[in-house]
Amino acid sequence: MALLQISEPGMSAAPHQHRLAVGIDLGTTNSLIATVRSGMSTVLQDDFGHALLPSVVRYMPNGDIVVGHEAQAHQSEDPINTITSVKRFMGRSLNDISNKAHIPYRFVEGTDSTTTRSLQLQTRAGLKTPIEISAEILKALKARAEKSLGGELVGAVITVPAYFDDAQRQATKDAARLAGLNVLRLLNEPTAAAVAYGLDNAAEGTFVIYDLGGGTFDVSILRLSKGVFEVLATNGDAALGGDDFDHRIYCWVLDKVRETNANFSPLTEEDTRLLLTKARQAKEWLTDNFEAQIVCKLSNGTLVDVTLTASQLVEVTEHLVSKTLSPTRKAMRDAKLNLEDINGVVMVGGATRMPHIRHAVQEYFQQEPLTNLDPDKVVALGAAIQANILAGNKSDDDLLLLDVTPLSLGLETMGGLVEKVIHRNSTLPIARAQEFTTYKDGQTAMSVHVVQGERELVSDCRSLARFELRGIPPMAAGAARIRVTFTVDADGLLSVSAREQSTGIEANIAVKPSYGLTEDEITNMLKASFNSAEEDKKARMLAEARVNAGAIISSVSAALAVDGNLISATEVEAIEAEIKKLQALTTAEDATAINQAVDTLNHATEAFAAARMNASVSRALAGKNLDSINL
Amino acid sequence: MQSTPINYFKLFAIAEQFELDVASLESNFRKTQSANHPDRFVSAPASEKLVAMQLATLANEAYSVLKSPAKRAKYMLEQHGIDAIADTNTAMPAEFLMQQMEWRERIEDAKMARSITELDEIASELKLETNSLINKLHELLDIKKDLASATAVTRKLIFIDKVCADIDQVIEQLDD
Repeated sequence: MALLQISEPGMSAAPHQHRLAVGIDLGTTNSLIATVRSGMSTVLQDDFGHALLPSVVRYMPNGDIVVGHEAQAHQSEDPINTITSVKRFMGRSLNDISNKAHIPYRFVEGTDSTTTRSLQLQTRAGLKTPIEISAEILKALKARAEKSLGGELVGAVITVPAYFDDAQRQATKDAARLAGLNVLRLLNEPTAAAVAYGLDNAAEGTFVIYDLGGGTFDVSILRLSKGVFEVLATNGDAALGGDDFDHRIYCWVLDKVRETNANFSPLTEEDTRLLLTKARQAKEWLTDNFEAQIVCKLSNGTLVDVTLTASQLVEVTEHLVSKTLSPTRKAMRDAKLNLEDINGVVMVGGATRMPHIRHAVQEYFQQEPLTNLDPDKVVALGAAIQANILAGNKSDDDLLLLDVTPLSLGLETMGGLVEKVIHRNSTLPIARAQEFTTYKDGQTAMSVHVVQGERELVSDCRSLARFELRGIPPMAAGAARIRVTFTVDADGLLSVSAREQSTGIEANIAVKPSYGLTEDEITNMLKASFNSAEEDKKARMLAEARVNAGAIISSVSAALAVDGNLISATEVEAIEAEIKKLQALTTAEDATAINQAVDTLNHATEAFAAARMNASVSRALAGKNLDSINL
Repeated sequence: MQSTPINYFKLFAIAEQFELDVASLESNFRKTQSANHPDRFVSAPASEKLVAMQLATLANEAYSVLKSPAKRAKYMLEQHGIDAIADTNTAMPAEFLMQQMEWRERIEDAKMARSITELDEIASELKLETNSLINKLHELLDIKKDLASATAVTRKLIFIDKVCADIDQVIEQLDD
């Protein structure tokens, strides 16, 4: 691992070595990994020159796990052990999955013993959660990057559909951790696309990103101004994508077969996968052709030979296209914009290659959509740019992303109703508090049920977490004041705390939804996957502690050099003393001691940090002074 | 650190008045976030990250309050110790209440008739009403400094905001 150079206190920090960071588009159909090299965002290819890694994982009879093209090639022969489109199952329970009958997997309901309600898939390698399967895709990408970049990755920005809820985001983050990636940020896919598009075209103004992927649909409206990418509104459908078009074609083919063969027997899992594959190929063919021939032989000997025309495709998928326009109208309403306010509509995602989608978007926005960037790559390219910045590499692109929360967050109140605490399309980070009270005399506990969604009834929203605040002093009904605070960070992840105001009794929860993995589960899985000896682990921890220490020493030193005059000489000396102590420790072999010294140094710089922030606000606002900040 | 809350207008260095300099607000919001967003402090010590996070959160909150006329008026009154939506402040002119009921009935009818056109029509009427209330608030808060009358107008504006949100929700339901 690359160590940072350490500069003397008071001197400006030595220029950072380039830190390897990647952007990953973890897609339903295909996944990509990109990085910024010599100032250019570039998609990394495998040894055969493929940029796209099919998001397909196959569990082999000999215990191996194969990911990508090789797995995809065998999906029709071994459908149960070859998992495609696993992204559609992330953060989902069995109840959430529609048309299960047409998906050739052996689904298993999550059990209480694994503390998860996430569905699982029965494979020959045992029960697998979508998180574990996704982690295999991420591992393959990580290996590709480390081989191609020749070093260990500092971190990754992973993209998620903007309309992913908290459970789906948490599941994605868990998968990345399981793959051994340091997640710098979860970034919304349309926002990543806007970054790549905006920087490439030096765009300023209001832009719509219409992102129809393999399994998800997002629409985001952004204002681009002087390097700030401000999301005004986002909407979408987390279960609508190219896969659904394949599925419509598949159903159409079955109907056709039944027209001539009334006794047509139910399909095997192999047949289902084969027909879905043929359907996808026909859909892709129809992008540039008027008709597609679908020919294959099913396991019972039935010969399928039908012709699908472009206009038939339009007909059978028309309602899917219109399903994307409803979220689009919602986003426009939320952004309070008219069609003439839109400077451009950028098309993202492989499914937007379909001509009838482009027509529908053009008709709605009354302007030709922008298709000059590769719709498959633009998300990964944008993610790499953000990763490069978050890894601390100097960049010419002085950009800032202000994203929003896609769905409202609230609490269950009496009668199964939802009280919204944070409304959708609020800019992140955000913290908001709401006061609640007891409804019974002498009530000493309150159960807090956190939900996400737009509907009024709890039963129509997604349940994220439940926790209890105990020890409320017995009072008359309505006398206790319980303040519940919701905080959503820049990853779009929620944490909730509750506090009884008169006693100060408190309960906190990082909303770790029932669909994710527990901390213990991740640790155990990581342990199981690390074959490395205990020694390796120690060396790794020490190296990480040293990198951390180096980063902090250089940033504090640089800060003192610039802004040391903001605090007293005594305070400067105190900080410098802590820096010296930490420096001395970095040459020793004790990771724990280094980490403790880092914490102490952090603590010692709190007042300095606040002073710098004040000064920085004042500078940003040309000489105006902050009286004080109450945070 | 002192504990008086930072004034939202001062945070963005704009004049503390109801009539808003939107261009300055937007550009200073971006400047503040550009300088202080947590993304600018990725390799900074945890203490600086925390302050940056808190400041970014505060700036987002302040921006959302100032941008909305109803929230801005309510906030300005709060600075004078007036809670516009306090339970003791419930009095509303009968005429306004009648009008409210009329709007609600029309929304209900449009919902039954599944008429998005009619809902859009009601929304644009409410927009006119909103604009006239905004003009009144400018006069009452910025020129006459008549806080009591401003409180009454602010309450009306908050009510109309709620009706507009309800219309949006109905349109959304019909659209689905």
